[in-house]
Amino acid sequence: MAKRFSIRQQTGFTTIAAACFVLLYVPIAVLVAYAFNESTSVSEWGGFSLRWFAAAWNNDQVIDASLRSLKIASSAAVIATVAATMAALATTRTRAYRGLTFKYAFINQPLMVPEIVTGVALLIFFAQIKVATGYSGLGYLIAAHTAFCIPFAYLPIRARLENMDLTLERAAADLYATPWKAFRRVTLPLLWPGIIAGLMLAFVISLDDVVITEFVKSGGQDTLPTYMLGQIRRGITPEVNAISTVFLLLSVVIVTLFFFLSRKRD
Amino acid sequence: MATAAEIEKQTEAREIRNRWFLSAPALIIILLAASGPLLIVLLYSFLTPGPYGDVQWTFSTEGWVSVFLERDIFDDTLSFASAHLTIFWRSLKLALMATAATLIFGFPTAYFIATRPERTRDIWLFLITIPFWTNLLIRTFAVLQVIRNEGIINTALINLGITDQPIQMLYTDFAIMVGMVYVYLPLMVLPLYASMEKLDFRLVEAGYDLYATRWQVLKRIIFPMVRPGVIAGSILVFIPAIGAYVTPSVLGGGKNMMFANLIELQFGQGRNWPLGAALSITVMAIVMVALLVYVRNTSGSEARHG
Repeated sequence: MAKRFSIRQQTGFTTIAAACFVLLYVPIAVLVAYAFNESTSVSEWGGFSLRWFAAAWNNDQVIDASLRSLKIASSAAVIATVAATMAALATTRTRAYRGLTFKYAFINQPLMVPEIVTGVALLIFFAQIKVATGYSGLGYLIAAHTAFCIPFAYLPIRARLENMDLTLERAAADLYATPWKAFRRVTLPLLWPGIIAGLMLAFVISLDDVVITEFVKSGGQDTLPTYMLGQIRRGITPEVNAISTVFLLLSVVIVTLFFFLSRKRD
Repeated sequence: MATAAEIEKQTEAREIRNRWFLSAPALIIILLAASGPLLIVLLYSFLTPGPYGDVQWTFSTEGWVSVFLERDIFDDTLSFASAHLTIFWRSLKLALMATAATLIFGFPTAYFIATRPERTRDIWLFLITIPFWTNLLIRTFAVLQVIRNEGIINTALINLGITDQPIQMLYTDFAIMVGMVYVYLPLMVLPLYASMEKLDFRLVEAGYDLYATRWQVLKRIIFPMVRPGVIAGSILVFIPAIGAYVTPSVLGGGKNMMFANLIELQFGQGRNWPLGAALSITVMAIVMVALLVYVRNTSGSEARHG
């Protein structure tokens, strides 16, 4: 008997889809597997070992770069989320007003310019400020990261706000709550999952950045990704695999948390 | 005494003012550390290169001229900068090919996800999203390990006796394209899925009732309905691909440069900041054209489908 005819079926689509899912994960699996390789060569399997994780842990440059990455990502994510929350409150649940479209476009602007162009622009701009002020600390990197994190933090917060109706806030106002009190006790608790989701997205985005950091950083300000890029260009040891594995694990944990947080909405 | 209408008008004005105050921090940060500096790039593209990098503040169009032309150092004649043109052509070619390839692989994948039962759909979507949010450099590095001469592909080919020499894939244009397809595939699948999720299968059924073949249904019914997703996905892949920096640096190995590497060169060893600035503006212009095409197409199709 012939297979039941399904209107949803398209010849070969399932095969291609299966291939895509497999191919998306095979390189990552290989990368992780070689992180546990005893051998110094990245091509031969010499038995299971944790030596490359130990090597990375004892490498001061790696630890330095990791701490710097975390410092930048947490500062940028917090500032970006606060700014994005305020901006989301200002741009949702309102009748269209003059400048609203401009605000949308402006907030999303960092997403539309290639990173290389933003990197170059900031290199030029910050070089002038460095000469003028003499300051060459992490502030530049934090400012740059904050700017491109804002649209990512803004996205889930705005989505959450748009699904929230104004009834509860109106009720609070009817019961003589001041606007600030209504915000603190009603709006903020309802908005919280969106804010956390935005914060996590911003954190991951900042942590992953290579291009803009590469152009903005001063000497000795390598973050973990720029350090890794340098290592990969110089020739590879399984140490980079070990660092990548830990990095991947961190990203996957954050993304999974984000996924469940944004699903809870319904 | 103020009338009710006037009071309402005043409250509304205050409301809008408050909304500007609230959005000020985000707007100012983006102005200072993203949008504003772009104007400085434009300015720099019209200045004279300084001897040790940076610029001298004298007007010059030399930066723009040398985007396409090169001046002979002996007799000052101009000729086409063939090295630049090769790189432009490679960037454009690879970005378009990567977009096409992600569409060919991404379309069936998005369709597959969209036709799963609702409960399992989220899990498939999650599997596509995870690589999207993991570090691009790490994913590129993963591709490098698979395709290099000692990688699993070449090892497998040699062990199977298909070839006795490893096939050189790394540090070629092919490697860059494979890398871009790999890292940007989720950017294609996600918008495609978003438009397929809403697909009305009653229309597909009607097609089959009228004796359409599967290919005809795909071409004449499904594809036109998900066209906005196709365009959105293509733009989302094309834009980062044309400005790609990490993928060509890691997989192209220095000699197979793309736009971004050429720009970096001008700010590093090249010490020609105006040329670098002019090149940056050129990339931006290409991206703007792509975005314009996108806006045109989506607003048009929305009007048609009501």
